[in-house]
Amino acid sequence: MSSGTAAPSQATSTSSISVTVDGSRYTDTVESRTLLVHYLRETIGKVGTVIGCDTSNCGSCTVLLGTADDPGHSVKSCSVLAVQADGANVTTVEGLAGPDGSLHAVQRAFHELHGLQCGFCTPGMIISAVDLLRDNPDPTDDEIRDGLSGNLCRCTGYQNIVRAVRAAGAELRAQVTEVRR
Amino acid sequence: MTVTEDRQVGAGRLRKEDARLITGRTQWTDNITLPGMLHMAILRSPFASARITSIDVSAALDRPNVVAAFTGADVADVQGSLPCAWPVTEDIVHPDRPPLAVDAVRYHGEAVAVVVARDRSSAMDALEAIDVDYEPLTPVLDLEEALADGSPLVHPDKGTNKSYTWIFDSAAAGTGTDAAAADAEVVIERRYVQQRLIPAFMEPRSVIVDPGAGEYTIWSATQIPHILRVFYALLTGTPEHKVRVIAPDVGGGFGGKLQVTPEELITFMAARRIGRPVKYTETRSDTMLSAHHGRDMIQDVRLTARRDGTVTGISVKLIANMGAYLGLVGPGVPILGAFMYNGIYKFPAYRFECTGVFTNTVITDAYRGAGRPEATYALERAMDDLGVELGLDPIEVRRRNWIKKEEFPFTTVAGLVYDSGDYDAATAKALALLGYDKLRAEQADRRASGDPVQLGIGTSTYTEMCGLAPSRILGALRYAAGGWETAAVRVLPTGKVEVVTGTSPHGQGHETAWSQIVADELGVDFDDVEVLHGDTRSSYKGLDTYGSRSLAVGGIALVEACRKVRDKARTVAAHMLECSPDDLEFTGGAFRVRGTPDAAKTIADAAFAVFAAHDLPDGIEASLDADATFDPQTFSFPHGTHLCAVEVDTRTGRVDIRKYVAVDDVGKVINPTIVEGQVHGGVAQGIAQALHEEAVYDESGTLVTGSFVDYTPPTAADLPDIVADRTETPATTHPLGVKGVGEAGAIAATPAVVNAIVDALRPFGVRDVPMPCTPERVWRAIRAGGAS
Repeated sequence: MSSGTAAPSQATSTSSISVTVDGSRYTDTVESRTLLVHYLRETIGKVGTVIGCDTSNCGSCTVLLGTADDPGHSVKSCSVLAVQADGANVTTVEGLAGPDGSLHAVQRAFHELHGLQCGFCTPGMIISAVDLLRDNPDPTDDEIRDGLSGNLCRCTGYQNIVRAVRAAGAELRAQVTEVRR
Repeated sequence: MTVTEDRQVGAGRLRKEDARLITGRTQWTDNITLPGMLHMAILRSPFASARITSIDVSAALDRPNVVAAFTGADVADVQGSLPCAWPVTEDIVHPDRPPLAVDAVRYHGEAVAVVVARDRSSAMDALEAIDVDYEPLTPVLDLEEALADGSPLVHPDKGTNKSYTWIFDSAAAGTGTDAAAADAEVVIERRYVQQRLIPAFMEPRSVIVDPGAGEYTIWSATQIPHILRVFYALLTGTPEHKVRVIAPDVGGGFGGKLQVTPEELITFMAARRIGRPVKYTETRSDTMLSAHHGRDMIQDVRLTARRDGTVTGISVKLIANMGAYLGLVGPGVPILGAFMYNGIYKFPAYRFECTGVFTNTVITDAYRGAGRPEATYALERAMDDLGVELGLDPIEVRRRNWIKKEEFPFTTVAGLVYDSGDYDAATAKALALLGYDKLRAEQADRRASGDPVQLGIGTSTYTEMCGLAPSRILGALRYAAGGWETAAVRVLPTGKVEVVTGTSPHGQGHETAWSQIVADELGVDFDDVEVLHGDTRSSYKGLDTYGSRSLAVGGIALVEACRKVRDKARTVAAHMLECSPDDLEFTGGAFRVRGTPDAAKTIADAAFAVFAAHDLPDGIEASLDADATFDPQTFSFPHGTHLCAVEVDTRTGRVDIRKYVAVDDVGKVINPTIVEGQVHGGVAQGIAQALHEEAVYDESGTLVTGSFVDYTPPTAADLPDIVADRTETPATTHPLGVKGVGEAGAIAATPAVVNAIVDALRPFGVRDVPMPCTPERVWRAIRAGGAS
């Protein structure tokens, strides 16, 4: 595994990228091999997104990769090169809350239903849940379990995570209904 | 000023910890960056056993951004040996464990050299430039072959692969298992294999050492900052007061971060040599290779009984894989289990013999339950088989042997005094929640109709010993440290409360549970309590978190510290109210004059009076704080009944958990939401041992389950919802009544699941399926069963 860096070595090729992360625009020169997750953590200090493995299995590093108009879909940021995010909008767990600090429905539900213990998988789990509920606003428990099967949690046995996603789905649906009125 | 009327203890308060965890504002060790900090990478052995004939790091030093590179030989004189704090016998074979291998490697993944560079990728790149010549040797991998004459030796200078043999025999107290066997009407003899597991905490280990000006500050993703500080001082020669260890937010442990690691010591050596802060964060592949594994035992069990189901004795012969060296508490792990092979039962005779064996594998050590899951598994599997042998329902054969509620306190054959429990109540609740009788009827129908999908019900009635531990008992077991725990409570001038605990949470929610206890004890608001932990500067004393000890030991220290503060506040309040302290009662969050409840002073009132100190009673110091250290006199003994119903597709071997019921009695509960979460997670790990996980070394000693691709903790799609409920029989040995819950699920679940699978397949002649019970293994067991 390689990592992004403050001091690129001369032998490696570099590119200039411009990425909007959680609403702020960053322009940097990165090694071509730099993974998005290393760019987020080491170059721009977005350490809310974490690394739990080196084989794209654990999902701890999941972020949303989209455009200015569309938050896009969840990706494991260890499986995307930083250069691939050039021009993109990235949303991490740090950018989910509203400008006034109000928590996203999924964040709130994880808290209220005890969907986390050590919390290390939580940033990726929350982002995956946000994406899952965008795709399927009213999932069954089995659909939630399948939808989160790319994210490992070692603490909770997933039961309260499933409850939390179900509850957040209900709240988000209620919010949509409210807006349509 | 806020006065709380409601009791906080027992309420499912939402966790204080969550605010930072759900927003990404967490301080994991790897999130910390210090000015001038360098990054370290470690070169690891590709061989399980080899001599290092030459090693050259000079080319690595020429790589860009590299600041230093060194080998074991370079630090051989100063690196010392990693500690084993639990040499279980006087004559234990205890080889040196150098952090960096010097002239030989003894397991795949052992550290042989390091590079320190300005950035992590430069350090990792430069590892490729290190030139090592190995002379491979034949590795020792099989436990029984390791003990055979002529086996290659992991440590040739020791002349043996045996580390120790530890024996307990009730014959010394009068009743022996041989006598029981001679009279036995039924004998159940079984071999069970505890596969090797990997704790697989989600946060990879990380450590930063800042050498300062000879005053070391160390951040580590550890469960044991206090123990680590002591060992840093002892192993590096640094005066203890010049070592500060901080465990910031720590992402899970499960025993896997109860270790003094090679990486922690190597990072220290690097920082000391270079004189700058150095960080090492492992990859998951490093974790799999180098962080200690768990379980890995062969258990030969003999249960003797009368035909009425009364067990007359149990004897257990264990071979436990230590790995290539002895871990921090590794030799003691099976010894923790030694007290649990009699479980909840009134067995009159018991013999236990454990032999610890070296192999060319990474060390084993504590993993959730540490010895107790293994014991419970063997016992509960054998009890099911005894029931089958006698034609008794598995619940009934257990009931005929377990301790009745009115028989507590009960001294077990292993010498422990169980203070309280109600096995009938927990079992009755579990049976009702499962719908046991109905499922048994369905099972009979499926068997009669030859349904290709068979139903099985597994039972596990467990107990465990928590609250590690009474220091005197630990001393008698040759453990190097004590088992006390400490807490400090200080009330600030504005009535806010700071609490310091010597425990070190990494997901358990201590900040929340401790706040609940303090809120009730001092009559302050839950939100007015701040819990400090994990930094040896603020929390200067403690023995950290493992063995379900934090609440069962540290919680008692907390209560005692609170009561000292309350007693002092009572004196101050009485002075303010111009009455005798004896005239005051503490109720509704305030000291009130008996009969005149409006005359009241709160803890906050007393705190401000103490802060101003203008008018304190004679002899009262101007401070409202106290600490307490609690050393338990005995363990606590949570128990419970777990029932699991599985459907086994006999055509494919696929196992589906249809219903899982966990009724746990963990004594008094501070926060039911947190307790339920612990049960969920523990059961998940127990199911994972039964169905999913196994660390595998191939015949060359290469770890082939070296990532999450091959070592597969269950995903959300692999696990069922479980039904978790409780009975509540308080501990009688301390004022809080709690018993501990961290390990219960992992202890109870594994035998419940495997018993269920075997129960489903008994008509096929199946008596065992090796763990993990993958579809292939289940399918093969059915084919080998010899029945149609």
